Amino acid sequence: MPTNATFKIFRGDRDGGELVEYQVPIAPGMVVLDALHYVQAHAASDLAVRWNCKAGKCGSCSAEVNGRPRLTCKTRLDALPLNEPVVVQPMKSFPVIRDLVTDVSWNYRVNKKIPPFSPRKDVEWKMDQRDVDRVQEFRKCIECFLCQNVCHVLRDHNKQEQFGGPRFFVRVAGLEMHPLDAVSRTQLLKDELGVGFCNITKCCSEVCPEEIHITDNAIIPLKERVIDDYYDPVNWFLRKLGGKKAG
Amino acid sequence: MNEKFETHEHDVLIIGAGGAGLRAAIEALSQGASVGVVCKSLLGKAHTVMAEGGIAAAMANVDAADDWRTHFRDTMRGGKFLNNWRMAQIHAQESPERVRELEQWGALFDRTSSGDILQRAFGGHTFKRLCHVGDRTGLEMIRTLQDRGVHLGIDVYMECAMTRLLKDGERISGAFGYWRETGRFVVFKAKAIVMATGGIGKAWRITSNSWEYTGDGMALAYDAGAELMDMEFVQFHPTGMVWPPGVQGILVTEAVRGEGGVLRNNDGERFMERYDPEKMELSTRDVVARAIYTEVREGRGTEHGGAYLDISHKPADYVKRKLPSMYHQFRELADVDITQGPMEVGPTCHYMMGGIRVDAESARSTVPGLFAAGEAAAGLHGANRLGGNSLSDLLVFGRRAGLAAAEDAKRRGPVTIDAQQIDEATRELLEPFERAEGESPYQIHRDLEDVMQNNVGIFRNAEDLQKGLMELQKLKERAARVKVEGSRLFNPGWHLARDLKSMLTVSEAVALSARERKESRGAHSRIDHPDYDETWSKQNNIVVRDGDDMKLKQMPIAEMPSELREIDTK
Repeated sequence: MPTNATFKIFRGDRDGGELVEYQVPIAPGMVVLDALHYVQAHAASDLAVRWNCKAGKCGSCSAEVNGRPRLTCKTRLDALPLNEPVVVQPMKSFPVIRDLVTDVSWNYRVNKKIPPFSPRKDVEWKMDQRDVDRVQEFRKCIECFLCQNVCHVLRDHNKQEQFGGPRFFVRVAGLEMHPLDAVSRTQLLKDELGVGFCNITKCCSEVCPEEIHITDNAIIPLKERVIDDYYDPVNWFLRKLGGKKAG
Repeated sequence: MNEKFETHEHDVLIIGAGGAGLRAAIEALSQGASVGVVCKSLLGKAHTVMAEGGIAAAMANVDAADDWRTHFRDTMRGGKFLNNWRMAQIHAQESPERVRELEQWGALFDRTSSGDILQRAFGGHTFKRLCHVGDRTGLEMIRTLQDRGVHLGIDVYMECAMTRLLKDGERISGAFGYWRETGRFVVFKAKAIVMATGGIGKAWRITSNSWEYTGDGMALAYDAGAELMDMEFVQFHPTGMVWPPGVQGILVTEAVRGEGGVLRNNDGERFMERYDPEKMELSTRDVVARAIYTEVREGRGTEHGGAYLDISHKPADYVKRKLPSMYHQFRELADVDITQGPMEVGPTCHYMMGGIRVDAESARSTVPGLFAAGEAAAGLHGANRLGGNSLSDLLVFGRRAGLAAAEDAKRRGPVTIDAQQIDEATRELLEPFERAEGESPYQIHRDLEDVMQNNVGIFRNAEDLQKGLMELQKLKERAARVKVEGSRLFNPGWHLARDLKSMLTVSEAVALSARERKESRGAHSRIDHPDYDETWSKQNNIVVRDGDDMKLKQMPIAEMPSELREIDTK
């Protein structure tokens, strides 16, 4: 392994910027976030980076490393080709604030639209671990927003106003499949979160650092619920009558 | 007041958006107060998200014999009886209800075979008591609280750092700070403030804490005249990662030991037999941390200077199910498969037992209108915190702080903001840009970490502590001449320059209190005073500002009522 690595890091803001080159000494087991901290401490004290836990638990340090969306705290240098510069850029689907920091506030606005957990009346608070397991997969999400970043509905087609993105399908799945939840969110999925725009390319599942099966376990079952509620004649009729959760 | 600042007004302002801050916000809101929450990071990234092992609450779902009295006794014993006994009592009594409430707000805990919340064993707890979600309990807790709070209507000001509490006479009237994104200044006018800013781990070199844990809340409260208590009690978690260098200090959850993990030294000896033959690996954190440290110092450490922690005798799929994030953390960051072989672990600075002195019932500080909860507050944990008691602390006292702050705000008329205080705070923040010469804040921070690690660490003595205090004075002088490059737009160097000031204030409080307490108790180990001292068992160290000087005094611990004393001695 070489003793130094060359990094090309995006420096700039909303008005544009450029890749700036930095030399970083390599230590065993080093990750890209370590390199960014080295640059802050030795070459560019104002390099803007978000990070918190440095252990893949908080989802703060998302960026694009050599064009691939990654948590920089989990991207090892020894897994990258160091004979060429390591290029670190901000997530493309969100507006740049400065350097590697992007404006992810849109995600928080989408989240507000989702009706919270609402337990059934007179519920007994007992649950089977098997039912809980299914939902806990969705609740592993650390909100790194890498899935939002790679989703082509957002990245290429800019459907932020009509589409909620994989992160929020995972969130809705966690609520809809909660064993004791009583609210239906299929209308929200259909009309406001635009689940129909997803054409199941699974890009989101590939980048998820928590290995959540976003497409298979969250989005497809939610699409099925929307179809059942809105396009199945019996359920359509029942919904007209009562408007409650069908399945 | 000065018109050029963006101003927001709330009845209750909460500083910090971890478990305590969010729980306080929810409670204040339910009292009808208008509530603002300010946090340095994005919402949902506070340290609570990194908590792993569980929430301690005597629900008796697994061990039917558990009750609040046993939890109270365990907490007092873990804290070496320096705890505020009333806080320990309230905490033990109210934790189960706070956990049930979380579940009713949507949190999904692991289950027992009969469908109840599952509980696991943890260090210092007599019974299986920790309600958990694999090893990501904190994530479950913070998501539940944040969604609950946001839907109830709290206003969250993300990536906003507070640098000064504003006062109207003796009373709190608001806070001043800056938006990290734009560097613009912002004023919050508030009738009551809850400090929920967490700890001070970033003052040490090896720590499990993130960049945020710079003691802001304690330092701001101290500046505003509040008392800090028990500052010598800094918890070094026994098990942080030791290798590779970049991950040094990252937490390895106590749940590994709770699930049956054993500690061995380089000779293969299960060394806890020599330190605590009864509780072994599930002894309290202060004991296990000192044991590992001692093994390493005496030459029985692992290749990279730690101990081996092994859970690989358990079935691989069990380990992956109960400790999923540990499995991934070691596989991805250290090339170790914990289902096949041992981890290397060593102590890491983790938690501050001390903090802002508060009233047990109301979380009220000594400054009118200022409240504190969670790690920023002192009292519950005494000289050493038990694992799992932090998450329950956040819920129990977060709720009480929010309630009391809302009631306090209701009783108060309008507050006024003093423009001169804002001018001073503004000047302080802009000075580092104006200096033609000066040091980088990163260098000063690195030196501070070394001073604290080397002089105010796990084992202490008068000489080191004295040296540490002298070094801190030099660092204060250097920090006063710090220079910042670049613009005000999301500039981490600038942010660190201000955080340094808070870290130095709190570090001094730690070193000063540690020098004064001439005994060993809990997390505070004096090589030159290795035993308990009768006098010190009856008093807390209190730090308070006196002009520009830091003053230390002792305050007697109130006598425990007989009904609690009976539980204690049982």
